[in-house]
Amino acid sequence: MNPVITARGLTKRYKNTAALDDASFEIPSGRIVGLIGPNGAGKTTALKAILGLTPFDGELHVLGLDPRTQRNKLMEQVCFIADVAVLPRWMKVHDAVDFVAAVHPRFDRAKCEAFLKRTKLTPDQRVKQMSKGMIVQLHLALVMAIDARLLVLDEPTLGLDILYRKQFYQSLLEDYFDEDKTIIVTTHQVEEIEHILTDLMFIRDGKIVLDTDMDAMGERFVELMVGSDRADAARALRPIDERTVFGKSIFLFDGADKAVLEGLGETRRPSVSDLFVATMKGTYQ
Amino acid sequence: MKTFLWLVKREFWENRGGFLWAPVITGGVFLLLNLMGIIAAEVIGARHGINFGASGELRNVMSQMDAGDMSKVGLALDVAMYSSMAIITVVLGFVVFFYCLGALYDDRRDRSILFWKSLPISDTSTVLSKVVSATVLAPAIAVVVGIVAGMAQLVMAAVTLSFHGINIWQLLTLAHPFRVMGNLLGYIPVYVLWALPSAGWLLLCSAWARTKPFLWAVVLPVASGLLITWFGIMGLFDLPASWFWKEVVARGLLSVFPGGSFSTTHGGAHGVSINPSSGLNIFDLSQSWAAMGTLNLWIGVVVGAVLVAAAIWFRRWRDDS
Repeated sequence: MNPVITARGLTKRYKNTAALDDASFEIPSGRIVGLIGPNGAGKTTALKAILGLTPFDGELHVLGLDPRTQRNKLMEQVCFIADVAVLPRWMKVHDAVDFVAAVHPRFDRAKCEAFLKRTKLTPDQRVKQMSKGMIVQLHLALVMAIDARLLVLDEPTLGLDILYRKQFYQSLLEDYFDEDKTIIVTTHQVEEIEHILTDLMFIRDGKIVLDTDMDAMGERFVELMVGSDRADAARALRPIDERTVFGKSIFLFDGADKAVLEGLGETRRPSVSDLFVATMKGTYQ
Repeated sequence: MKTFLWLVKREFWENRGGFLWAPVITGGVFLLLNLMGIIAAEVIGARHGINFGASGELRNVMSQMDAGDMSKVGLALDVAMYSSMAIITVVLGFVVFFYCLGALYDDRRDRSILFWKSLPISDTSTVLSKVVSATVLAPAIAVVVGIVAGMAQLVMAAVTLSFHGINIWQLLTLAHPFRVMGNLLGYIPVYVLWALPSAGWLLLCSAWARTKPFLWAVVLPVASGLLITWFGIMGLFDLPASWFWKEVVARGLLSVFPGGSFSTTHGGAHGVSINPSSGLNIFDLSQSWAAMGTLNLWIGVVVGAVLVAAAIWFRRWRDDS
């Protein structure tokens, strides 16, 4: 199957900084990709390029279309929720549903109403009377009722409490995602999406520094916990990161021999956040 | 086409206050003030024993009128009808002016543009729906409200006079309500074309400015006008600086105020004088449509189209979210 997104040499400069610096990647269909990076690494710029919201250099195809020139056609198949609270404040719930139903050829009104029934939203409620969590619920109900092939989420749960955040990702997984759909998500709350991701991309200074699926990630990176007596032996194997917790040393290895590590101590798959911190060391210095 | 109608509908939802309630409230207040004026006049008249009706003098006056006098009465009643429209027109000008300035700016400021841009709607349709809302929808609503208010005003005047013994139906036949309605509705196409350069300029500023579109929209033309006046640049084209002020600054900023087109055909909007011989003929379609034959209007249309196209371009590529 054709990849949903192919990017080659994606570059975008703002005055004197490069938000995207020759980034190349490919995203196949049916994946949930976490695009993770520190502040200002180029995540949002990459998403904006994919959505045709910003001009850029390089080659980029989204569902076989060029977002710069074929944006209108592209948006029939692509949805996005960028940050929170982008719904217009004057709008009522039923206005939003009526409007999207009228202009979007792939919108399923019954589906949307079913999603809305599960929330406390009422048809006459205005966006400005809603809490942040409710606004996201409305936006999500609209978006999930659209049969799109690509869903782009840019910090979709920023500022929501944990109940809304959990519910957000759970709805996406249970009621929306299938093998014909692809989701790209950026967030700083990595721990919360770790278990739903199928793929992981780290971006730093406009470059893709890691692009892997979660299984391969578990093969390649290993976390090792040893007592202080064996720390030197572990250090000799050249870990990419080291920290100490309760007198034990924890090392992170990239592509080390698993059998050797297991001989030294307890091994496990590192969490995405630990891997992220190790990879991004020195970013702000 | 369906999408476009919904886009216009969307503009109406968002701007109900300006498009509908502003003219309705203006018309209502105008009628109320008139009513209060009439009541006050009646009360004062009664208190001081000035009562035309009871003595039957006013009726006698009417019966002694010749055709010319009758037409003056009709004229006065027509003026009563136009007068409510006139005041709504001023309000409409302000509504359209500020609507255009905010139309492509407000959603960038509150970032709801990201929601609109997540839907499969071209930026061309978005901007054009705003042009249509400003130059067709808003004036059409204002004219309908103006007609209703005008009819109420006419009836009010006629009823008042009928208390003084004048036949209400005779009065109403002297007025020309349908001609007035036709003239008002028929002026809308002229307004659309005449207002286009202004609407285009304001929308362009709205799509382009990163902050304070009002300031840019007003300061740019006024500052260039001042420069041109100081340095006498227009002299190069054998034109006085006042030409620039009138044809560029005023035309660009103020054409959204209805009635401006009369200045091309009658020398000046302020020069519209009402005299019994020509009556209110200036508002007749044959006269208001004369602007359609002027070069000024069509140059404005071309400039407006270019400005709208530029606004579309900025709407597509302005990236500041």
